[in-house]
Amino acid sequence: MSPNLRIALRFLTAKKRAMLMSLSCTVLGVGLFVLTQATTSGFEEFFIKTILGTDGAMRIEDKIQDTLRQMTAGGGSDFQISQRQGLKYIEGVEEPKLIINALKDFSNVSGAAPVLRGSVLVRADFKNESAQVFGISLEEHLKVSDLGRQIVQGDVATFREQPTGALMGRVLADRLQLSTGSTFILEAQGQRMRYTVSAIYETGVADIDKMRVYVHLSEARSLLKKPSGVSFVQVNLFEKDRAPQNSIQIQDVLKHSAKPWQEREKSWLSTFRALRISSAITVSVFTLIAGLAMFNTLAMIVLEKTKDIAILRSMGYERRDITQIFLWQAGIVLAIGAFLGCVVGALSTLGVSYMPLPISGIFKTETFVVSWNIWHYVQAIATAALMVMIASLIPARRAARLEPGDIVRGTAQ
Amino acid sequence: MADSANFALRCDNLHRYLGQDDARVHVLKGVSFEARRGQVYAIVGPSGCGKSTLLYLLGLLDQPDGGEIEINGSKMSNTDDLARTAARGEHIGFVFQFHFLMLEFTALENVMMPMRKLGRLSLPEMTDRAHSLLASVGLGEKTHRLGTQLSGGEQQRVAVARALANQPSIILADEPTGNLDVKNSALVFDLLTRLAKENGQAVVLVTHNPEIAQRCDLTRPMRDGLFV
Ligand SMILES: Nc1ncnc2c1ncn2[C@@H]1O[C@H](COP(=O)(O)OP(=O)(O)OP(=O)(O)O)[C@@H](O)[C@H]1O
Ligand SMILES: [Mg+2]
Repeated sequence: MSPNLRIALRFLTAKKRAMLMSLSCTVLGVGLFVLTQATTSGFEEFFIKTILGTDGAMRIEDKIQDTLRQMTAGGGSDFQISQRQGLKYIEGVEEPKLIINALKDFSNVSGAAPVLRGSVLVRADFKNESAQVFGISLEEHLKVSDLGRQIVQGDVATFREQPTGALMGRVLADRLQLSTGSTFILEAQGQRMRYTVSAIYETGVADIDKMRVYVHLSEARSLLKKPSGVSFVQVNLFEKDRAPQNSIQIQDVLKHSAKPWQEREKSWLSTFRALRISSAITVSVFTLIAGLAMFNTLAMIVLEKTKDIAILRSMGYERRDITQIFLWQAGIVLAIGAFLGCVVGALSTLGVSYMPLPISGIFKTETFVVSWNIWHYVQAIATAALMVMIASLIPARRAARLEPGDIVRGTAQ
Repeated sequence: MADSANFALRCDNLHRYLGQDDARVHVLKGVSFEARRGQVYAIVGPSGCGKSTLLYLLGLLDQPDGGEIEINGSKMSNTDDLARTAARGEHIGFVFQFHFLMLEFTALENVMMPMRKLGRLSLPEMTDRAHSLLASVGLGEKTHRLGTQLSGGEQQRVAVARALANQPSIILADEPTGNLDVKNSALVFDLLTRLAKENGQAVVLVTHNPEIAQRCDLTRPMRDGLFV
């Protein structure tokens, strides 16, 4: 053990109670930091999982019209911007087969499925509701969504076998008092067609569960009178985080607008982000207090130990050694506090994950959702370390500046 | 010059003012002094004449307002803190007038403290040396007592042992026998003189005890900031 660390340990035990204050604030700060990050990012990740499982990682829709590009070719950088703004789109994907085939060349694409969407009126025995019909090609769609796992009544197999079957959202089904096996009418473009509820799904996202009715693509084509083309192609990716880069490439190659999930869900994602950051800032107050307490304690120890400082300096201990002795004290308390804080954080995260908390609306869960991520711990420790070490630097440097001559004469200040 | 090699410590025309503004006092008024290896010096004089002030300067714990200090042939006034600190650890053993021990540490740990910093000996060697030093000041039985568990005289003897730890060429002691009974005064003084002779160390001590002063090789009486 280095002599400075040895001295630091002994000084530390001389002021146990004051150090305990700093220690407990560090524990609290680190623990709460971990807990709040675990829950906020838990919900965030759960939300992302839900929307990825419902709407996929990317949507390819609307063909980009070529003509405007040539008009501005040869311009400077300003023109590039105006060119981007001036992009024209033709609604929908006219040749979904070509697009889906071309997507196979992108190594990160794990699946692609055509979807034809349209507004409809759902007529049941008691009530009518406006909704959206999603014409899907089932096997492909199951590869780009969690639809199969979102079924809460009936099963997908029934839908597969029933040409006029439909998958209905839980909220919509409840409103219309429909259950599996009941029939209803979809009305669009002046024509009406009868379908059977094959199964009821629930994503937890209220906007989806009250709006969407999934039918087979061929059925949607005749209902919406669209013999060719689809509204969009839903794409799933192996590495979801690469969606923005992939979408730029895809957009360039396929000449269709490709929207990554990060852009699609921007408002919710930034809400979660703001929540996560603000809770981090809030609980950092505890680490701030830990830092102040450390400042106070060390300043006290410095005052009390001036004679020891003079003795050490007379024996050949350098200013640097004195600084180190005091920084070690802060470091030891910080290390213990960080360790205990992580343990407290992990345990409370575990505890909270069992706490009942029924939520639905933006996703569906019965308990707190937590995320286990080593970075939460790293960030918590880094925040505490920053606060505590900066706070202790001041008294430590002051101690190092004391002149041994002044101390022994009693004129040190 | 062969002569200067024999001087462990020299100072020339030292001046020191203490206090601020109106309370500013000219404490040392041009003190010159030199100490040879293997000799024991006594500085005597009335209370307040500036003995401790001089010793702090010679021990490089304080800086003079004028004059020069030379330790083992190298000039130490006007050097930076790092050089003076290194010289303190290597060449100077200092015993404070008000016996300063680090009270949270045992007698043994106190004596080992300068050795750990210098880092010339292995841990068992340091421990051995600390034990034998404590034995030689009559504290062989109390090596594991904390500073707080030692009497004033015992603390003072630990401080003497500590000053000797790194075998410094210069030992500066501010009333090292002030708190001691006759027997222990003799013990400490004999130890210091023996070391001076055996290891060729220069010993400078401040004392109010005429008997001890008489037994030193040289006595320098001081009055009002000057040697007389
Ligand atoms: N901070 C200070 N401000 C002004 N004067 C001071 C200060 N410290 C000490 N003095 C004065 O300096 C003079 C020398 O003090 P010093 O401690 O060197 O005396 P001393 O010879 O060691 O006395 P003693 O034998 O009592 O230990 C004294 O007159 C004292 O009053
Ligand atoms: Mg004195």
